[in-house]
Amino acid sequence: MSTSTTQNEWPLWEVFVRSKAGLDHKHCGSLHAADAKMALQMARDVYTRRQEGTSIWVVQSSQIVASDPGEKGMYFDPMEDKVYRHPTFYELPESVNHM
Amino acid sequence: MYTQAMSVGPQDAPSSKIKSAEEMQREAAFEARIDAGDFIEAKDWMPEHYRKTLVRQISQHAHSEIVGMLPEGNWITRAPTLKRKAILLAKVQDEAGHGLYLYSAAETLGTSRDQMLDALHSGKAKYSSIFNYPTLTWADIGVIGWLVDGAAIMNQVPLCRCSYAPYARAMIRVCREESFHQRQGYESLLVMMQEGTPEQKAMVQDAVNRWWWPALMMFGPADKDSPNSEQSIRWGIKRVTNDQLRQRFVDATVPQAEILGITLPDPDLKWNEARGEHDFGAIDWAEFWRVVGGDGPMNRERLGARVKAWEDGAWVREAALAHARKQATKEQAA
Repeated sequence: MSTSTTQNEWPLWEVFVRSKAGLDHKHCGSLHAADAKMALQMARDVYTRRQEGTSIWVVQSSQIVASDPGEKGMYFDPMEDKVYRHPTFYELPESVNHM
Repeated sequence: MYTQAMSVGPQDAPSSKIKSAEEMQREAAFEARIDAGDFIEAKDWMPEHYRKTLVRQISQHAHSEIVGMLPEGNWITRAPTLKRKAILLAKVQDEAGHGLYLYSAAETLGTSRDQMLDALHSGKAKYSSIFNYPTLTWADIGVIGWLVDGAAIMNQVPLCRCSYAPYARAMIRVCREESFHQRQGYESLLVMMQEGTPEQKAMVQDAVNRWWWPALMMFGPADKDSPNSEQSIRWGIKRVTNDQLRQRFVDATVPQAEILGITLPDPDLKWNEARGEHDFGAIDWAEFWRVVGGDGPMNRERLGARVKAWEDGAWVREAALAHARKQATKEQAA
């Protein structure tokens, strides 16, 4: 990764697009740009050529903090046996089952 | 848009060094995930050979998109109508976008964009051999859409299920955008064949004659000469073999050629009732390897154009970065 050329590479940005009002911004890819303004403009050209979006967020990839995939099990599996967190866990008489 | 012959080019032999027990365990867990149809994400552990194979395949695919803009760009200023010019511009812009999606996917594997471009510019990395043929007439643009994009789509649809998720996601996006590429090409040929002068019809036939065999070569060497295919299929990097895809393409194209009213330049091409597929003539593999090896009609020109664009753009890249740094410093000071 750390070749001499990499230092002159424009930083990497992650792109999030809201496809229409009322929906979340969703990650759709990444791109290189010198600054935030350029990143937005390029995100528009690269990811919304067919009206895929009504709003764009960009954030430098280096700013994203992610969970460790190696700890996926430790992190997420404890929730597996907490079935009582779901409404379907509770059996109710038919007449009130749609509450 | 255009993949091909991904098993062509420098190959890395699987590492022969002795593996530790831990490594073998990890590899077994990885293989189990692949067998279960799991997707692999960027930060997941993966065998070094899987990573290398993907970097090679995805970056070559990206290079193909970018180099692929050159033969079509050749006709933007000479498109016969404003409508055709707008369509061609949109298509070429799509190819740039596809190149960017793919470079991004490859970068998730820990190879920088500059490293990949370096490999292209130094001739170390390959791109699809199809772009080393010239676009001589306007009909070539239609035929590229129909046959070249058609072959690419055939190749790419199975890649939407590639085991490496960032690549699969990029391919889904590419395939969604690409069907217009093939349709616009076919439609422009249809107009020439149905409303054109005898000269225009002859021009379409001539273009088909020149592009048919190179299009078949896009699927890469025959299975028996494609030693890495098997591993790639096992890993879910590749889903269908070169020969299977080529056959599908021939079978899909024959009826389209009939409707168009042109002849495919292969006297051995005929329906085989017993196989339920078309038979077709032998591909000139010597030509294929010559073009892959750098000696096609346009290899030097294509690579030269890419290197020149990169070098001529250097001051812009540097200036933009310098400006961004200056702005950031100013903001900090304020």
